[in-house]
Amino acid sequence: MNARVASGAVALAVLIGLPAVLSSYQLSLLTKMLIFGIFAMSLDLLLGYAGLPSLGHAAYFGVAAYTVGLLALRVANNFWIDFPAGLLMAAAVSALFGLFALRTRGSYFLMITLALGQVLWGIAFGWRSLTGGDDGLPSVPRPRLPLPWALTEGVPFYYFVLICFALATGLLALVVSSPFGQALIGIRESERRMEVLGYDVWRYKYVAFVLAGLFAGLAGNLFVYFNGFVSPSYLNIVFSASALLMVILGGAGTLVGPAIGAAVIVGLENLISAYMERWVLVLGVIYVLVTLFAPSGLVGLVRQRLGRSRA
Amino acid sequence: MTALEIDALSHHFGGLTALSNVSLAVAPGERLAIIGPNGAGKTTLFDLVTGIIRPSAGRIRLFGQDVTRLPTHRRARLGLARTFQITTLFPRLTVLDSVLLAVQGLDPVRFTVHRSRERYGHLRERAESLLADWGLADRARQVTRQLSYGEQRQVELVLALAGVPKVLLLDEPTAGLSPAETASVVEMIRRFSRDTTILLIEHDMDVALDLVDRVAVLFQGRVLAEGSKDQIRSDREVAAIYLGTDDA
Repeated sequence: MNARVASGAVALAVLIGLPAVLSSYQLSLLTKMLIFGIFAMSLDLLLGYAGLPSLGHAAYFGVAAYTVGLLALRVANNFWIDFPAGLLMAAAVSALFGLFALRTRGSYFLMITLALGQVLWGIAFGWRSLTGGDDGLPSVPRPRLPLPWALTEGVPFYYFVLICFALATGLLALVVSSPFGQALIGIRESERRMEVLGYDVWRYKYVAFVLAGLFAGLAGNLFVYFNGFVSPSYLNIVFSASALLMVILGGAGTLVGPAIGAAVIVGLENLISAYMERWVLVLGVIYVLVTLFAPSGLVGLVRQRLGRSRA
Repeated sequence: MTALEIDALSHHFGGLTALSNVSLAVAPGERLAIIGPNGAGKTTLFDLVTGIIRPSAGRIRLFGQDVTRLPTHRRARLGLARTFQITTLFPRLTVLDSVLLAVQGLDPVRFTVHRSRERYGHLRERAESLLADWGLADRARQVTRQLSYGEQRQVELVLALAGVPKVLLLDEPTAGLSPAETASVVEMIRRFSRDTTILLIEHDMDVALDLVDRVAVLFQGRVLAEGSKDQIRSDREVAAIYLGTDDA
């Protein structure tokens, strides 16, 4: 545990220092990695801990992004209203969807979360007067905070995202180490046994589902400020699938792993899409490679190596 | 008062009748074996009592309280525990983590989200003392699936005991074990508190009669006979359908 706290502190120190050496372009890429790190960790709570493979996790990300975008553009660019509203909408939608999705298990859960996510995508695509349809909502402004630095600048915005990332990581780490989080692991391993041991399994899964939606919403909030733009692609299945891939690539059930997976995927996407259009194909290849050669993800691979060298 | 009262319980799977009008009453502290050939409905009976499936008709009472419609976890909190015929442990968790889950299941902190479990020392103390009591302390750090089948069975019994159950249902605790492993599991069950009411499904007649006070024989979903060990031993009908006629 102390080693974990120590390595977390080192990672945080590096992240705090990085703006000094990075170009503004690299810094914006790192900002994006952190945002998707939050998104991937939120999904890990479901997939890695509760054992619930959601293929519609973009729904909560996208709902938060649209909420913030719409409020900032059409109502008022007030951080203290828009930001909590985004989180609240993400939590509310996941609280609603959870009621349907948690009636199922395994691949049926995968299908229903996918279907529910596509419903939102359909709404965003079709309801042009509200969402701008396919064109999305352009030029969403970044919030103005009572700080000496403007968040429109790359470095202050990076630190703003970093604070959110550190808070989210800390909170999620606490959740997974809590009696609640440990019970989720038990549910992943054997639901029937947990019921017999006195756990109200449905309630645990439901709370995990809403919490995951809430943190996905946090990522969505940050991403709309980052990009200044929302479109239906935020609710897309490709978006959900790449989040799943980030979790699997990093190592499901390790929390930090998915954040690392997110950084790798965001970095690769950036690198590869400069040369070719077939990004989704690359995602597919990565998925195949991971399942074949590193089924427990990058973190699993590292642990395996460490274990071997010690033995 | 009875610890467990099963009153005219029936269960149909589609058109198939798994249990038909089964009634049993078990006194507090009593140990009852349920025997019968495969397909007699023994495990179905346990599934009904623990609420994993719901009966088509009849009632189940725990210490006088009607639990027929209560979900499984609520019954567990009333002091009902069970083991499974097919071991459904937490294969990838360590033995200690598994026992911690069992200890935590009936503890008020089980739903706490905002504090690490390591801050609740009483859970760990209880888990470690349980493992020490049952001679599994040296297995605490091992991953469950790496244990021998016999040890997994012992872990399963410890999980069931963690909540200090009032009524404990054991579904073939020695199935698939070697004679030596069987002996150690039997020894363990013999050591269980006499305050715990035990229902035991067991194929091995010697094991069953060794551990219990009373026997109920299930056959084709009905209670064929019920009585003391001697009564069951000398029952001709039971001998004919279950023990094999040469025992009569």
